[in-house]
Amino acid sequence: MSARLDAIGHRIDRSKPLYFSFNGKRLKGYEGDTLASALLANDQMLVGRSFKYHRPRGIVTSGPEEPNALFNLGEGGTFEPNARATTVRLSEGLAVRSQNHWPSLEFDVGAINARLSRFLPAGFYYKMFIHPRPFWKHIYEPFIRQSAGLGKAPVDRDADRYEHAYAHTDVLVVGGGIAGLHAARLAASAGADVMLVEQSNDLGGRSIVDLASLDGNAPGDWVAETARALTSMPNVTVKTATVASGIYDHGYVLAEETLPASNGPRHRLLRVRTKSAIVATGAIERPLSFAGNDLPGVMLASAVRDYLLDYGVSVGDRTVIVANNDDAYRTALALIDAGLSVPAIIDARSDGAGSLGDEARARGIRIETGSAIAKVKGTKRVESVSICHQAGEGAVIDDISCDCVAMSGGWSPAVHLWSHCGGKLLWNDGAVAFEPGPSRPPTGANGTQNVFAAGLSVASPADCLTSAHDAALAACKALNIDPSSVSAPSVEAETTQPTSAVWTMPHGAGPDLREKMWLDFQNDVKVSDVQLAAQEGFESVEHVKRYTTLGMATDQGKLSNINGLAILSKELDKPIPDVGTTTFRPPYQPLTMGSIGGEARAHLFQPIRHTPLHGWHDENGVMWEPVGHWRRPYAFLQNAETVEEAVAREVRTVRSSVGLLDASTLGKLIVKGPDAGKFLDLIYTNMMSTLKVGRCRYGLMCSENGFLMDDGVVARLAEDTFLCHTTSGGADRIHAHLEEWLQTEWWDLKAWVLNATEQYAQIAVVGPKARKVLEALGGLDVSREALPFMGWVEGSLAGLPVRIFRISFSGELSYEIAVPANLGHALWSRLMDAGQAHGISPYGTEALHIMRAEKGFIMIGDETDGTVTPQDLGLHWAISKKKEDFIGKRGQMRSHMMAEDRWRLVGLETVDGSVLPDGAYATGAGQTENGQRKMIGRVTSTYLSPTLERGIAMGLVEHGPERMGEILEFPKIGGESVRAKIVDPVFYDPEGKRQDV
Amino acid sequence: MLTLTCPYCGIKSDETELSPGGQAHLVRPDVESDDEAFESYLFLRPNPKGVHFERWRHSSGCGKWFHAARCTMTLEVFGTYSAQTSEPPEHIIATLDERRPNWRQVPE
Repeated sequence: MSARLDAIGHRIDRSKPLYFSFNGKRLKGYEGDTLASALLANDQMLVGRSFKYHRPRGIVTSGPEEPNALFNLGEGGTFEPNARATTVRLSEGLAVRSQNHWPSLEFDVGAINARLSRFLPAGFYYKMFIHPRPFWKHIYEPFIRQSAGLGKAPVDRDADRYEHAYAHTDVLVVGGGIAGLHAARLAASAGADVMLVEQSNDLGGRSIVDLASLDGNAPGDWVAETARALTSMPNVTVKTATVASGIYDHGYVLAEETLPASNGPRHRLLRVRTKSAIVATGAIERPLSFAGNDLPGVMLASAVRDYLLDYGVSVGDRTVIVANNDDAYRTALALIDAGLSVPAIIDARSDGAGSLGDEARARGIRIETGSAIAKVKGTKRVESVSICHQAGEGAVIDDISCDCVAMSGGWSPAVHLWSHCGGKLLWNDGAVAFEPGPSRPPTGANGTQNVFAAGLSVASPADCLTSAHDAALAACKALNIDPSSVSAPSVEAETTQPTSAVWTMPHGAGPDLREKMWLDFQNDVKVSDVQLAAQEGFESVEHVKRYTTLGMATDQGKLSNINGLAILSKELDKPIPDVGTTTFRPPYQPLTMGSIGGEARAHLFQPIRHTPLHGWHDENGVMWEPVGHWRRPYAFLQNAETVEEAVAREVRTVRSSVGLLDASTLGKLIVKGPDAGKFLDLIYTNMMSTLKVGRCRYGLMCSENGFLMDDGVVARLAEDTFLCHTTSGGADRIHAHLEEWLQTEWWDLKAWVLNATEQYAQIAVVGPKARKVLEALGGLDVSREALPFMGWVEGSLAGLPVRIFRISFSGELSYEIAVPANLGHALWSRLMDAGQAHGISPYGTEALHIMRAEKGFIMIGDETDGTVTPQDLGLHWAISKKKEDFIGKRGQMRSHMMAEDRWRLVGLETVDGSVLPDGAYATGAGQTENGQRKMIGRVTSTYLSPTLERGIAMGLVEHGPERMGEILEFPKIGGESVRAKIVDPVFYDPEGKRQDV
Repeated sequence: MLTLTCPYCGIKSDETELSPGGQAHLVRPDVESDDEAFESYLFLRPNPKGVHFERWRHSSGCGKWFHAARCTMTLEVFGTYSAQTSEPPEHIIATLDERRPNWRQVPE
């Protein structure tokens, strides 16, 4: 059993006990524990079930590469799924639940899959769920969805806070082990601004556990002294519990800092821009592939050592070591020193280890060289191992009873961050690992190296420090600063025997053993699965990954990728460098969505733009509609009426008397300069330069393709000044469009553009009584003669400075009045007061839409979708034939833009008076080449007209305008159809008498 | 995330402050151009692996369009310059000749 020992464990504070719960059971740990060490201290060896076969799983590692110990943490608003026990710092009252099992961790029904594992090989889902085709949607897909996923998605809103912070630095050092600490000190002493980030809570990395001495002292002393020196320097920032998740273009680095529990934020996402990055991320130990290597109790040798020395936790009483390298012998020595038993070291190498081997032998540990584990025995945890010759096929020589197996398949440098931004890797046969390739480093904006590897090779501690020293010197050189004379600490030399390439154990293992050798513990990918994939013709490592799901678990292959591709390389008979690795992409470790979002949530997620009348609307029964970043009134609800009733009332009020619309969101671009007219002639499809001062003209803008992109009324304010109205959502986009052409194509034109949208409140006074309302305010002659249709005047209305445009989007007598934004509320109130006598009513966007549709006016975004030309909409009259050029003219001359079978605008009137469904398609005779019914048109706008008391619609129909009176069929969802007649799109007042009075 | 220096306001800008505008120095064909030339102008871009001249707008800054010469593979930036030109200026060409002597050869 696993248990807490007395006296050892330098990371925990035994004077500060913490209580937490695991699946409802109350357990005790100490300050400084990780969740993993605390669970092991309570003999909680079984921590989860694997993804596919629901096999019982235990903790394998002591770091972020942990594949098994994933938990649901917290409850309600602090719930978090898939948290790694090895990186979660224990806190008082932490509530922990295991995941991916039903009904309980100990008795899991899904474990039946393990019995069926022979029938669930790689690609099983792809092969099984193809036939019969109709089964996919109703049987297979729901089943797969049910069984997919590990943790549960949170239900409640996240109660924690998160923040982003920005940092700029000369040198960012990733990794607080001895390499990172030394590099940081060297660069900082030279005068560079240095930031050091370390993923765990403590600096020093493996040195404290693994090294005998540094500079002749205890490694912990050197680490503490260096940390003290660094933190005392004003140009250094040291952050622990901070994971660098990715290095991006031009020295941009994201790092997630986990903050101690408090009222402050839970995570801080550091957005760092660094001139140079030093990657000192160390290495990750690899498992070995032997039968039964996934049983709880089988753990990485380094993890067994860490739990023992860092946290005072023994994983087992009798630990068998199995390895292909010297480093694992440290675990054996540490266990013996702690008074625990090591029945045997099983070394796959026939020569055994160097000086560490001698030490082990001196303590009387049984060492079996050239040996292997044939099989681990046990059900829910290790009970014994059978040993055999590594060179053979697995004939059992001996059985050794034990309750823990510490395995080491060698070390893989954590090259992820080096690779994120283009750094290439080289396979080192001697070290049996991929290492950074010095000839192809990541480079920055100036083309020179900006990421430096420090100790990213499997080498002795001394070599590691030399590499860190060189990296810091190179970073200083890149910064053009003289390096300091800080020298690397000295370490005691060891003689070692090289790691051997052991990819399966034993070498000649047969199929029975291979299908019990796990590569990817979380996703249940076995040696036999990779071999099967290779046999089935998958040669690319990227394809094998996706077919078998190797390396697709939450550890993203940190643990087992190299093992998997070594198996593939053997199977394909190609050397490992030719097989290559899958691409390392950020993040190195998953970030929480909370961190990514930072402060951008709730009302801070997106700014909302308010018109000057927003407050008035809010107090008067408004129902809001989002339009771009604006909120616009959809309708104003009175008393107990429904939305539909309110909209109908608003339409009838405008048509019979007078209504008010807040049109402030309309884009208002001022174009000024001697060439303003010439410029607008190029921008609009119609002629603007001939517009007279005091007059307005409706204009269309197309993209260079020839498609309609925006429309609006242009008023000529002066000889050299135009005011261009754009759609509400389009102001910023169209402003950018104008600037683009002015700056990049016609920069010789003397014209300037200003976006004045927010400078004015604009109020439309609409309806047959509109003139009476304005006359009551007084100050301006608004008669037909003084201010005719499509004219504008400037003056004083009710004592307010206004500009009034006689333009109409409803077909009624209409005045659009612009006032400086701060006077908008005053004007609105006076109009409402003056309109009382006529039963004036504010109206919203829905009434606006209905009235424009009754008039057959198009709406950008309804009738257009980026593939519709003005000609499609019957707007030929707004396209100048006289102009030599305008944006879209050449595009509209392309053959398919002139094709006569393009869908064109018509009105649609249902035979039964009902409302056509929005977006419904009209079906024609025959079928398409895909065997679907042929479509000949679609509905673009559809409303219930309160004026005509029937459904009206507009649509685009093939040969539409030539088919007046024809009846089309529009199938609805569910199978029924609606029949509608093609009519003129102008349903109301076709002569336009009402607006021109 | 790239950083580019806006040649107008001189600010070294993060990519989040900028809007991309595709390939620079396209020549806009006139109305009489044939369909092939116009199609090429509208849609066909070489997408080179290597030196690329491109348009950017300092949209969350001074609002100006500018051009950048950049390597699409290593992301090395050779310089930024005014958008009001129909070809890369001499100092950009000189930088390219120095740092990428073969830059005119279109890579495969």
